[in-house]
Amino acid sequence: MNLLRLSLNLLRRDWRAGEWRVLLLALVLAVGSLATVGLFADRVRQALQQQAQSLIGADLRITSTRPFSPDYRRSAGARGLQVVQSRTFPSMVAHGEQVLLGEMQAVEAGYPLRGKIEIDDGVMHVAQTIPARGTVWVDERLLRRFGMSVGGEVGIGAQRFKVAARIVKDIDQSIGFASFAPRVLLNDADLASTGLLQEGSRISYRLMIAGDALQVKVLRAELEKKLSGNEKMEDVRDARPEIRTALERAEHFLGLAALTAAILAGAAMALAARRFVLRHLDGCAVMRCLGAQQRQVLWLFLYQFILLGVVAVLLGGVLGYATQALLVESIASMREASLPQPGLLPLLKAAASGFALLLGFTFLPLLQLRKVSPLRVLRRELGMPEAGGWLIYGLAVGVLALLFLWHAGSLKLGLAVLGGLLAGLLVFGWLAWLLLHGLARNGFLFQSQWRHAFNNLVRHGRSAAVQVVALSLGGMALLALTLVRADLLEAWQGKLPADTPNRFVVNIQPDQIQPVRNFFARQSLPSPELQPMVRGRLVAINDRAINGDSYPDPRARGLVEREFNLSYMEQMPVWNELVAGRWWTEAGRGELSVEEGIARTLGIHLGDTLTYDVAGSRFKARVTSLRKVQWDSMRVNFFVIATPELLRDFPASYLCSFYLASDKVRAGDELSLAFPNILLIDTGAVIAQVRNIMDQIAQAVSAVFLFTLLTGVAVLYAALLATQDERSHEAAILRTLGADSRYLRRLHLSEFAVLGGLSGLFAAAGAVLLGWVLAVFVLEIPYRMNFSIWFVGVLGGMVVVMLAGWLATRQLVLRSPLRILAAD
Amino acid sequence: MQAAGLTKQVLSGDSPLTILRDVSFAVEAGESLAIVGASGSGKSTLLGLLAGLDVPSSGSVSLNGADLFKLDEDGRARLRGELAGFVFQSFQLLPALNALENVMLPLELAGAKDARQRAELSLQQVGLGARAHHLPKHLSGGEQQRVALARAFVTQPKILFADEPTGNLDAATGAQVIELMLELNRAQGTTLILVTHDENLARRCGKQLRLAAGQVVQ
Repeated sequence: MNLLRLSLNLLRRDWRAGEWRVLLLALVLAVGSLATVGLFADRVRQALQQQAQSLIGADLRITSTRPFSPDYRRSAGARGLQVVQSRTFPSMVAHGEQVLLGEMQAVEAGYPLRGKIEIDDGVMHVAQTIPARGTVWVDERLLRRFGMSVGGEVGIGAQRFKVAARIVKDIDQSIGFASFAPRVLLNDADLASTGLLQEGSRISYRLMIAGDALQVKVLRAELEKKLSGNEKMEDVRDARPEIRTALERAEHFLGLAALTAAILAGAAMALAARRFVLRHLDGCAVMRCLGAQQRQVLWLFLYQFILLGVVAVLLGGVLGYATQALLVESIASMREASLPQPGLLPLLKAAASGFALLLGFTFLPLLQLRKVSPLRVLRRELGMPEAGGWLIYGLAVGVLALLFLWHAGSLKLGLAVLGGLLAGLLVFGWLAWLLLHGLARNGFLFQSQWRHAFNNLVRHGRSAAVQVVALSLGGMALLALTLVRADLLEAWQGKLPADTPNRFVVNIQPDQIQPVRNFFARQSLPSPELQPMVRGRLVAINDRAINGDSYPDPRARGLVEREFNLSYMEQMPVWNELVAGRWWTEAGRGELSVEEGIARTLGIHLGDTLTYDVAGSRFKARVTSLRKVQWDSMRVNFFVIATPELLRDFPASYLCSFYLASDKVRAGDELSLAFPNILLIDTGAVIAQVRNIMDQIAQAVSAVFLFTLLTGVAVLYAALLATQDERSHEAAILRTLGADSRYLRRLHLSEFAVLGGLSGLFAAAGAVLLGWVLAVFVLEIPYRMNFSIWFVGVLGGMVVVMLAGWLATRQLVLRSPLRILAAD
Repeated sequence: MQAAGLTKQVLSGDSPLTILRDVSFAVEAGESLAIVGASGSGKSTLLGLLAGLDVPSSGSVSLNGADLFKLDEDGRARLRGELAGFVFQSFQLLPALNALENVMLPLELAGAKDARQRAELSLQQVGLGARAHHLPKHLSGGEQQRVALARAFVTQPKILFADEPTGNLDAATGAQVIELMLELNRAQGTTLILVTHDENLARRCGKQLRLAAGQVVQ
């Protein structure tokens, strides 16, 4: 108890003396930034999730070609989840003399469970119900084709319906080939009266489930085992590969932004802890001399650090919460999007990370205090006790590694960045030491003040190297977040340029190729790149027959139980990337190229022989390459591509994707009118969704930048304070020997210029490296180096460190040397 | 206290340097011993070994019947806490603690329940009762050394180690501090081991040990 009181007493006194300021500041900023990023990301993630859920209208969706077992509803109901069913089928819609193929969707009350349908029934608003009995809601295309308006009547099967509203914004539209036709939403209770529900009707059943996330997850696991072959279960991640990709990248990007702040805070804390230890060596030696045991010394400081941690975590949490709220309020699009409130988890995660940083960066320096020799009371020249240097670094690295893996959410990314960081630390430290020695050795080439500056830096070799490393890290993060970030985001967003294809055209028959090309030319649209498509089923791998039962994984089972879209071509599409094997140079040898993801799912390897059944006849070919497909490219992509001679003789249809500007929407309708068998699919909504996610992430990262900037300043402050005592002592001696304040100021500025310049140089190198890693491994875009980064790094480093250094030391050169030496 | 064959060697570059060579002596309870000698003669090294702050290359020190160097670092610390008090040339007060808290420190480390009352009493004995709540930086050199004396005697040590206690003080203040120290020493019957340059001070101790180049010369 005495020890605790003594500890708190010391803490109170040390606090007044300002000993804790840097540590607390760094930790508050670390927790604050992690909390800000965490809370912010959580809100964005939730919003994205909600938006994505609105695209399938539920948290979980099961689709089938047959009615569902009532068990599914019962299981969901037992878990307190909401369930609605919809039935979708193609049917002719009549209006006067005109007839059109439409996609009917009969829905139950409660639909949609997630997302909103916007309708226009004279006034635009969010639909609160489903269509009333005897009425339908139809999409704009149908009204346009029929030349009718809301209030008119349409016939569906044996029943006539009043068009009660125009669907402005729809949900639950799959990118699949079913949604080519204009959509008609009707009340499920009316379905029987249409007489369209007959044996053999092509009805797609959808069971939509929503509610508590955990219950949904449990239900998913439970139902997965019960699914029959024609039932498919999907949540937003399965349903939308393009959105899933954007979402995952977004999470990685934000995770990295948070880590940058944590690294900086760690650097600041390490510097501050080192200073703390140095300043408490004497006190510990006295205590050891007065009978304190190592355990007592350790606990004396541990209590203080734990208390500091608790206070910092609380302050950081409040700061983080307030900051993210302010950030959201200050970004117009986010304010308008009314993001959901964040959960508690990011706060807990930030708090745990704060304590981990405290442990990793300050605990072992504290252990050094425990080992202070009591002899120091007689011989002050005894330096810092050894505390197993590698152990200190090992613990810090270990903690960082865990934080990285935790926050980056990806082992590959975490290890890549951590590895880069460690290599950077070692290389920066070593280079700094080497360069400083080189400069000092060749000091005769410089003016006296520079010579002194170099010698000074070399004399403090280790702490100067530590300062350079810390400042380099700070600078690297700042450069990465300013210059590199802007370039990367631009390049990333550039992946979805304004003319990204937003329409798919499928089912073009061979004899329609030329007429379709002519149509495009007449409409002044770029000539379409038509790809052949042949439907075939995979029946054997390496002559071993396979079927659904060969795979326990439902996704794999689903894949082999249905027909694949196969294609053939001479050249690999430029938006695909070869990851293994090589693309064929000459046709005629019967080769296949398989998408890497599906290859993994189905256990297909390079060199395997696959057998396909196409319309009753079989062909065999060897897999000679694996491709990576950019699913978010919005281009036509195939899981399996064959050499032309394999598929040329099979009946094929053709498909393409193209960009249709908003002022040419009518061309789409005309295409459908001119070629009634052709399916035109609008993917504009998905593209808008992906682009929206990218924009929000860009803004979120920009906002996080502010925090990184602050932690960068904390590093600078801590780095300057770290050598303040030595500098003060030296200044006193030099003044005693006759140096005037102008000389001292010039000496200090020269030192800071060297420190800043070196740090800036390393920071630029690190930022370039980091940018490359981010580009290649995270965003999967080619990296282009911005050469101004070197200039900004070196010059910016010099100016900022000189300015901060001048502010920190300007009083130092004016203080009485006697007082300083007496105090020392 | 009994020292036998104390030798301390350190490495200077690649070659060993002997700082203290085969020092042996004994001090009875309640006696006072002054260790004198020129700068670099090994006085402070010897004091460090006698107090168990450092370990010798060879030899032994027995304090109150306990062989110091058979104990580990924590064992020696415990023994110091129980038996020893210290006064240093540079006072060695903790700058973050006020005078009273500095005096309370050894008692609190030993887990004493009445630390505050005893520390207040000890400060009054050195004439600083009124300055108990001042931080060291607000006290003069003489006052700081008196606080150090209060801290040294508050545990009623059996032995007091003093390293140049007047080295940082002017003559008049130094003399006052010495009077105080010797008075407390007498009052508590403490054994005193004192390192000093001051021949006058050395003469006031019962025994003197003169060192030159690490060896006892007298």
